[in-house]
Amino acid sequence: MIKFLIKGLLRDRSRSLLPLIVVAIGVMLAVFMRGYINGIMVDMIEQTARFNTGHVKVMTKAYAENIDQIPNDLAIMGASELQAGLEEAFPDIKWVSRIKFGGLIDVPDDNGETRSQGPSLGIGLDLFSGSSGEIERLNLSRSLVRGTIPDTAGEILLSEEFSEKLKVSPGEEVTLIGSTMNGSMAIYNFIVSGTVRFGNTSLDRGSVIADISDVQKALDMYDSAGEILGFFPGGYYSDEKADPVMAEFNEDFVTENDEFSPVMLRLRDQEGLGLFVNLAGSMGAIVTFVFMVAMSLVLWNAGLLGGLRRYGEIGIRLAIGEEKGHVYRSMITESLMIGMAGTIIGTAFGLSLSWLLQTYGLDISEFTKNATTGIMMPNIVRARITPPDFYIGFIPGVISTVAGTMLSGIGIYKRKTSQLFKELEA
Amino acid sequence: MNNNLIIETKHLTKRFPMGKGEFTALKGIDLTLGKGEFTGLIGPSGSGKTTLLNIIGSLDSPTEGEVIVMGSSVGIMSAKEAARLRKENLGFIFQSYNLLQVHTVYENVEFPLLLLKLSSSERRKMVHDALEWVGLTDKMKQKPPQLSGGECQRVAIARAMVKRPSLVLADEPTANLDAANSHNILQTMVKLNQDLMTTFLFATHDDKVIGYLRRKIYLKDGLVDKIETA
Ligand SMILES: Nc1ncnc2c1ncn2[C@@H]1O[C@H](COP(=O)(O)OP(=O)(O)OP(=O)(O)O)[C@@H](O)[C@H]1O
Ligand SMILES: [Mg+2]
Repeated sequence: MIKFLIKGLLRDRSRSLLPLIVVAIGVMLAVFMRGYINGIMVDMIEQTARFNTGHVKVMTKAYAENIDQIPNDLAIMGASELQAGLEEAFPDIKWVSRIKFGGLIDVPDDNGETRSQGPSLGIGLDLFSGSSGEIERLNLSRSLVRGTIPDTAGEILLSEEFSEKLKVSPGEEVTLIGSTMNGSMAIYNFIVSGTVRFGNTSLDRGSVIADISDVQKALDMYDSAGEILGFFPGGYYSDEKADPVMAEFNEDFVTENDEFSPVMLRLRDQEGLGLFVNLAGSMGAIVTFVFMVAMSLVLWNAGLLGGLRRYGEIGIRLAIGEEKGHVYRSMITESLMIGMAGTIIGTAFGLSLSWLLQTYGLDISEFTKNATTGIMMPNIVRARITPPDFYIGFIPGVISTVAGTMLSGIGIYKRKTSQLFKELEA
Repeated sequence: MNNNLIIETKHLTKRFPMGKGEFTALKGIDLTLGKGEFTGLIGPSGSGKTTLLNIIGSLDSPTEGEVIVMGSSVGIMSAKEAARLRKENLGFIFQSYNLLQVHTVYENVEFPLLLLKLSSSERRKMVHDALEWVGLTDKMKQKPPQLSGGECQRVAIARAMVKRPSLVLADEPTANLDAANSHNILQTMVKLNQDLMTTFLFATHDDKVIGYLRRKIYLKDGLVDKIETA
């Protein structure tokens, strides 16, 4: 009987081709959209983690509470000792100390008078040790537009846009005017070693990057760091990895009732990323569900049309003595086969598209020009293929064909045999 | 009860809902058909031939009265039992052949045997026999669109006959055929009737068919008008 059905499907293109195409296209879009949306969301999360939040971040309680003001007077003192402690307690996680700071960048002329000036947002991080991985983490080498990455004390990177605004080039001197850890004015001279473009509007506006040792010197923050960031091996955030780390940290490192005690925040606890992480987790299900419903509706209608064409066949099969339930079930079996075939085709195409987008990326910088959220939108979006992409298509693909057939075939089931027969004779 | 009896109708009445009221297509039919008969229901259009044939074939049920086919009452049997009766004992031949268009001649004839769950070697033997009866062994691999009307109707006869049913119901089997083809398939059916003792019941107003019938049941306005035996 199965053989009979398969022959019918293979030969009657009008019976199999339209649903097959619908399923293949639907599944292709579902798989692709899933990979695409997943890619965007994960990219945004990871980009934010690399520049800003880490997968987990350690600060003092007081710093964490006022983090928007970048309160370096509340920074961690004895940062190297704490970092060493973290490295010992959590050897799998990569720990890095950073200082964020705000200040004016002033470009002097030959006489020492201000030639140009602009507000900047700086990050001090470990560029010199060679083991921190920060240069790769922030993709500095590939973001470099002119000059080099700082490799000796007193050098600073400017974002290309900022350097153009200030009309300053690598090799020239700039002065950072900020405030020290204890509130007095800080003035520190840097040589511009190079310029970078991150492809992220908020970062490109007025960023400066220097080695943390220079920043500590400039701001009188000896052995202090605003934040110690932790990055998971494998490169992706998940609550499953973060939760046990946070629990252990709270047990061993936190002192109650001390506002300078260190605290750890997960990525999801920062910058409103929690909602985003949740969304990224359920996006696949949402996309799958939407496509499943849409395809079911299309296939329902296709099934109704196809069913009309098949009244003759159904009538004769009933007359020959096939039971109505059996006819109905055999149509569902057919749809199951179509659903499987369509899903395989659609998944293959969907994965190919995702793979292209994962490999080559798509430049969407035009759309992200004015982004101002704490979440960082990368300018190049990439799909991300995850293992479920290989089988997830079967859910919408098979369920929608079967549902479509069940809905459209219900008429056959409900109608009296004699009525079906009349329609056959007509 | 007569052991030779294949069909018995008692005061068979069929009413169809029509608008607000009802239309009575069969108004109390009393008939019997014995094994091996070659009989026709004859009457003008609308006289109730198809309606009667469909009820006998358990595709429809009577409104009143009783129809007993091979010992079971059509009016009270479940859909499952009706399907089983058709599957095991009945063959249908229609005016419009109703072949499965994408399947070959062989597969069309084989289909009833698939439902009976026969082994493939049994099926092969029976399909070959049936195609031999109708003289189509050389067109086994063709599909209906490649056949003439006469050939299609012969495939339909083979399909109805392949499982060697006790009763074949044929509704206007010659309506789409020319004279030569009509005679050809009628002769085939006469031969099968004789060789296999299959009972044939026709619905027709075609004189060519009427010429072959051994018993003629004339219907008029849902009633038996007269019965003639040759
Ligand atoms: N489902 C139905 N609903 C309403 N009326 C019906 C239905 N089926 C048949 N009829 C009516 O019953 C009467 C008998 O129909 P039937 O099809 O049995 O005639 P027939 O003798 O086979 O005619 P023909 O020679 O044209 O095939 C007709 O008047 C027809 O309109
Ligand atoms: Mg009729």
